[in-house]
Amino acid sequence: MLELQSIRLTQGEFTLSADCVIPLGSRVAVIGPSGAGKSTLLSLIGGFEEPDTGRLLWNEQDLTETLPHERPISHLFQDNNLFAHMTAAQNVGLGIRPNLRLSKAEQTRVSEALSAVGLAGMEARRPAELSGGQQSRVALARVLVQEKPLILLDEPFSALGPAMRGEMIGLAKEVSAKLGATMLMVTHDIADVDRFADLVIWIEDGRCLPPRDWAEMKADPPEGLKAYIGT
Amino acid sequence: MARRVFAITLWPGLIAAALVVALTLGTLGAVALRAETFSALSHFDWLAVRFTVVQAFLSALLSVLFAIPAARALARRSFPGRGLLITLLGAPFILPTIVAILGLTAVFGKSGFVSVVLSWAGLEPISIYGFHGVVLAHVFFNLPLATRLLLQGWGAIPAERFRLASSLHFGPKDVFRHIELPMLRDIVPGAFTVILLICTTSFAVALTFGGGPKATTVELAIYEAFRYDFNLGKASLLALIQVLICALAVVLSLKFRVPQMGWGGLNRVVQRFDARTVPTRILDLFWIVVVSLFLLAPLLAIALRGAAGITDLPASVWQAALRSLITALGSAFFAILMSLALALSALRWRGLEVIGMSSIAASPLVMGTGLYIVLFAITDPADWALPITALVNAVMSMPFILRALGPALTGAERDYGRLSDSLGLTGLSRVRLVFLPRLRVPMGFSAGLAAALSMGDLGVITLFARPEAATLPLQIYRLMGSYRMDQAMGAALLLLGLSLTLFYIFDLWGKRSA
Repeated sequence: MLELQSIRLTQGEFTLSADCVIPLGSRVAVIGPSGAGKSTLLSLIGGFEEPDTGRLLWNEQDLTETLPHERPISHLFQDNNLFAHMTAAQNVGLGIRPNLRLSKAEQTRVSEALSAVGLAGMEARRPAELSGGQQSRVALARVLVQEKPLILLDEPFSALGPAMRGEMIGLAKEVSAKLGATMLMVTHDIADVDRFADLVIWIEDGRCLPPRDWAEMKADPPEGLKAYIGT
Repeated sequence: MARRVFAITLWPGLIAAALVVALTLGTLGAVALRAETFSALSHFDWLAVRFTVVQAFLSALLSVLFAIPAARALARRSFPGRGLLITLLGAPFILPTIVAILGLTAVFGKSGFVSVVLSWAGLEPISIYGFHGVVLAHVFFNLPLATRLLLQGWGAIPAERFRLASSLHFGPKDVFRHIELPMLRDIVPGAFTVILLICTTSFAVALTFGGGPKATTVELAIYEAFRYDFNLGKASLLALIQVLICALAVVLSLKFRVPQMGWGGLNRVVQRFDARTVPTRILDLFWIVVVSLFLLAPLLAIALRGAAGITDLPASVWQAALRSLITALGSAFFAILMSLALALSALRWRGLEVIGMSSIAASPLVMGTGLYIVLFAITDPADWALPITALVNAVMSMPFILRALGPALTGAERDYGRLSDSLGLTGLSRVRLVFLPRLRVPMGFSAGLAAALSMGDLGVITLFARPEAATLPLQIYRLMGSYRMDQAMGAALLLLGLSLTLFYIFDLWGKRSA
């Protein structure tokens, strides 16, 4: 499980505080108004921000001081998930070896991952030759070969249309199921949450509430969430 | 706080920075230790100080003054060849000085085109040697620069402002007073000081067109103290004075916003409603023709007269060309390597970039003097003529290269920094897979620039080279000095061709897979 133990992070006027436990294998949606600290929370778990106080634990192992690539984490960012000058296969291959010197067997793994996300035979395409949805698929194929137990998604599909977004969230679920991974996704669309999450973390003004069952939370929403949804 | 990811080691950048500091400040230290007291300066030397300042002021003033109507004409007229003319305005930057000097001689010299026309009219031929020749050459080099800087200023005025002016019934004079003058007030002081700085470190022009008590710059005086008297103490003292003049010019330029020279975005013609009258059309046509002729005539003269001489070049010229080519390639290699190391480290330490830029205020001749003093203590400096020339030229071109690489590098880091960090792309993998592909275009351009600048260098090499081991520009200067003008013109055409080809090949390499 992922534990955030009395974490505080101050950036100028803004302070993020979190103290919660995320169970293994769960799919967690992180929601809240813009500027509430959703992306900051993910940056912190990912290792791009360092907390002023508190500890971050993964299965009892302390991650607080480790570098991003040393953490058991795959990322999907809001944008720039693919290197524009590399082919789809190279972009996926980076998930196996950052220096891209891949063995034959590893190249086969890359091709298999691309097939698994529905891009069989598209190894040589560059991002500019792929549609937005296909680019997301390449990024998911990389998550697949990275085989990390924790996946962080920071609104990676927000530029896609509603139907395509639903499809990608379905694919992301498949990928996490295949890996048995825990998944956190930032979103601001309640439809996404319905499709994806079993647990929800509500963040408001930098305060991060412990994850709750989504059905339960909908039945008894915190004050801010009511205003956010507009019911 | 945000975690700083130390993906790139600092030491290559630190080594490059140390090398730059050694060449700028270190050589200065060597010069200072060697310098005599001020009493060693003759009346002649003080005249050189005065001439340096006066000619630089006058050159900068004339360049900017002529650039104003020229840039305005280019800004508001659309005509065939406009893009080509604007590209040509960038050419003097990589044009070898000695080529321009020969071209100007062919047009304005005693047996040049203008003199021939004057003698038909029964008038005395003009001479290009002396004060006015130095200023003329400086205007030739810097009028295009000033024009491009001002053209950027015009381009930055929003088109809506001219529409508003038209709806308010502004005439050309009102437009000038309310729209163009405020822009000029913002840009002209910066452009003026930049050109002033460039002209204070002028050596090759003074070497060829100047000389004598009335037209010797401090840089030329350094060379003469060195070459004719071999008086290192006096050369060092003059070098310190040169640095002082440069420093004053830099301080002056810090007071103004110095415009940044871009390499694009000049192709927009703003629709102007106030400039449709016949007199303004004639005025603009006049300036476009005058500037084009002033720029093109010397180059055409080189092409025409050089074509005759190029078939008849002595072997020494070809050997010199080979030496120049090797030096230029070495210089481009040094320049790219050092700039890349600095720019990468500057992602973590901004200050390193400032060090790399510092040579913009340095004088290559002062660097050369310092290096000579240091090497003279150990070995025969002439053995090191080519490597030293390559190194000094590399450091001199670094400010321009850093300006080209910096934005591309910060852009790559902004777009891909997190992704690379999360994937563990560090060190050489990061450089090879993330940075270099993004830097290819500016790197090709920069390598071309560095190679062309070094190819045409006629500065440091004059201090170091043995007579039998000259580079091509130096060889041309010697041919000129012994009045073998046809051969000089032929060799100049060869030099021009080689410089442009080098630039073109590197630039093309950068753009090929972009």
